[in-house]
Amino acid sequence: MRRFLGIGGLLAAACALSLAVGTKNIPVTTVFEALTAFDPGDVDHLVVSERRVPRTLAGLLVGAALGLAGTLIQGVTRNPLADPGIFGVNAGAALFVVLGIAVFGVTSLTGYVWFGFAGAAAASAVVYAIGSLGRGGAAPLKLALTGAALTAALSSLQSAVLLTDPATHDRFRFWQVGSLAGRDPDVVGQALPFLVVGVAGALLLGKVLNGLSLGDDVARSFGQNTTTDRVWCGLAVVVLAGASTALAGPITFLGLAVPHLARTVAGPDYRRILPLSMLIGPVLLVLADVLGRVVARPGEVQAGVVTALLGAPVLVLLVRRRKLARL
Amino acid sequence: MNPTTTEPAPAPATAPRRGRATSDDVARVSRARGRERRRSAAVTAGLAVAVTVVLLGALAVGDFRIGIPDLLARLAGQPVGAQQPRIDYVLFDLRLPRAVTGLLVGVAFGLAGSVFQRLLRNPLASPDVLGISAGAGAAAVLAIVAFGASGFAVSAGAFTGAVAASALIYALAWQRGISGYRLVLIGIGVNAALLAAVSFLMTRADMTDAQQALLWRTGSLYDSSWGEVTALSSCLLVLVPAALLLARALPTLQLGDDSARGLGLPVERSRLALLLVATGLIGVGTAAAGPVAFVAFLSGPIASRMLGGARPGVVPAALVGALVTLCSDFAAQHLFGDHQFPVGVVTGAVGAPYLLWLLAKSNRAGHGG
Repeated sequence: MRRFLGIGGLLAAACALSLAVGTKNIPVTTVFEALTAFDPGDVDHLVVSERRVPRTLAGLLVGAALGLAGTLIQGVTRNPLADPGIFGVNAGAALFVVLGIAVFGVTSLTGYVWFGFAGAAAASAVVYAIGSLGRGGAAPLKLALTGAALTAALSSLQSAVLLTDPATHDRFRFWQVGSLAGRDPDVVGQALPFLVVGVAGALLLGKVLNGLSLGDDVARSFGQNTTTDRVWCGLAVVVLAGASTALAGPITFLGLAVPHLARTVAGPDYRRILPLSMLIGPVLLVLADVLGRVVARPGEVQAGVVTALLGAPVLVLLVRRRKLARL
Repeated sequence: MNPTTTEPAPAPATAPRRGRATSDDVARVSRARGRERRRSAAVTAGLAVAVTVVLLGALAVGDFRIGIPDLLARLAGQPVGAQQPRIDYVLFDLRLPRAVTGLLVGVAFGLAGSVFQRLLRNPLASPDVLGISAGAGAAAVLAIVAFGASGFAVSAGAFTGAVAASALIYALAWQRGISGYRLVLIGIGVNAALLAAVSFLMTRADMTDAQQALLWRTGSLYDSSWGEVTALSSCLLVLVPAALLLARALPTLQLGDDSARGLGLPVERSRLALLLVATGLIGVGTAAAGPVAFVAFLSGPIASRMLGGARPGVVPAALVGALVTLCSDFAAQHLFGDHQFPVGVVTGAVGAPYLLWLLAKSNRAGHGG
C-alpha cells in the first residue's frame, strides 16, 4: 500500500510540474489562478488552460494506457520482450498514417488520430486471426511471432512509401518520434472515450492474467477458458494501445519497460501489477515531457525520446538491483 | 528456439510400466531421431540448391540478359566469343559483387540471428531487438547527419556502434555471471534508448540527410564493390567457422544454465564466445549493407518451421538468411518496373508473409508454440 501511495504522490508531483513548467515562464500563483479563477482575457491563463492542461491530460491518459497495455500483452504472451507493438499496433498505425499523409493528404493531428486507430485495429485483427489459426489456438509463442512478422511486413511497406516520397517522410518523422506537444482539447477528447473504456476493462483482467501466467494447462484445469481470456486481453490492448498511438504517436518504450518496473515493485500478482503499471506509466511520461520542455529551451525534445533516454537507465538499474520476477 | 518441442516420447503400446526403457523403446526413439536427421539434411540440401539457383538468376537477369551457358562458361573462365567484353563488364563488375555481398550478408545475419535466438531461448531475441543493430544504426545515422559522412566512414561507424552497443549490454548485464533473462531486459532498454536517439537525430537533420539516413537504415546493396566483398569475405572466413564450431554448445546451453553446467559445459565462456562471434557477424554485415531489415529475426523461425519438430541447426538458418536476402534483392531490382528499391524494403515483405504462412499452416499445438 505504501508503494502505491508513494507512486501516487510522485504522479501528483509530476502533474503539478507539468502545469507549472514550460517554455513560457508563468509564476505558480498565476497557474493556480488559471485553474481556480479562469480569466479568458489573460494570455498566461490561456497558455495554462489551452496548452498545458490538455498536454498533461494527454500524458496521463497515454501513460496509463501504455503501461496497462504493455502489462496485458506481456502477461498474455508470457514473453518479456513483448510490447503493445507486438500485436502490430504501432506498425499498423504508422503505415496508415503514412498512407493518410501520402495518399489522402492528411496534415492535421485530428486526421492522424482516425488513421492511426484504424491501422492499429486492422493490424491486430490480422495478427490475432493468423496467430489463433490451427488446433493449438492462440499459443503465446505463435502470437508473439505472428505479431513480429506482421510488423516486419508492414514496416517494409512503410519504408517503401517513405523512400519514394520525401515530402511524406518529412511530415512523418515528426509524428513517428512520439510527442505530447500540440495535442489540443479536441484531439484528447477524440481519444478519451476509448481510453476510459480500455483502462476500466484492463483493470478487471488481473485475475485472468494470474491464471494465464500458470500456463495454459493449469489455467484450463482451474476452469478458465484461455481462448476467450486471450480475446478479452487482446481487445483491451488494441483499444488502449491504438488510441494512445493515435494520440501521441508510437511511444514504444513505455509499454515495454513499465511492466518490468511494476513487476519488480509489486511482485508476481497481476492484481497489483496492473494498477501499479497504470500509475508508473504516466509518472514516466509526464516527467519526460516536462524534462523535454526544459532541456532545450526555446525548442523541445519530444516526450518519446526523453522517455526512452530517461527510462532505459531506470530499467537497467532496477534489473540490476532487484531479484527479477520472471514471467 | 523451441526448447519444449522435442519428438514426443513414444507412448507405450502395451500396459503402462515404469523403469528401464525396453529395446523396443530404444528402437523407436532411434527411428524417430533418424527421421529427424534425414529431414534436416533434406531441408539443408534443398536450401543450398535454392540459394544457388537464385544466385545464378541474380547474375543472369537484368537489362542485359546473360544466357546460363555463357554465364557458367565465364564463371569457369572459358571464353564465350564476341559478347565477352560486355558480359565480363556486366557480370564481374556489376552483378557478381552485388550478389556475393547479398549472399554473405544474408549468411551473416541469418547465422547471428539464430545464434542469439537460441542462446537466449526466445525467438524475439534477435540482434535487431536487443540493441546491437540499433547501436550500428545510431552510430551510422550520427555519422551521416552530424558529420555528413558517407561510404567507408559510415561502415566503420556502424561496425564500431554494433560492437560498442553489445559491449555495453554485456557489461551492464554482468553480475557475477550473466543470466540470459537479465541480458534480454537490458538489451531492450539499450535498444529503446538508441532508437530514440535515432528518431531524435532524424527530426533534427535536414531533409536530404534524413532521406539518406533512412536509405542506409533500410539496408541496401547499391554500393557493393569487390573491395567490400574482399573485406566482408575475409571477416566471414574467420567468423562463420567459429560460429559453427561454437554453435555445437547450443543444444546443451538450451537446457538451462544449471543443467548445462552439470553436463560439464563451461557456460559463461561458451556464452561469451557465442555472443562475441554473433556480434562480429552483425557488425561486418551491417557495415557492408546496413542493417538489412528483419533478416536476422526472420531466418531462425523460418528455418525451424521448415524442419518441423526437429531441432533447427544454425546452418539452415544461415541459408534461409542468404535466400531471403538474395530473393529480396532480386525482387527489389526487377519487380517494380523502372523503380528500384533497396533490398531492406523487400526483405520484410518477402520473408514475413512466408513466416506468417508457415505459422498459419502449423496446426499442431507443438509446432505453434
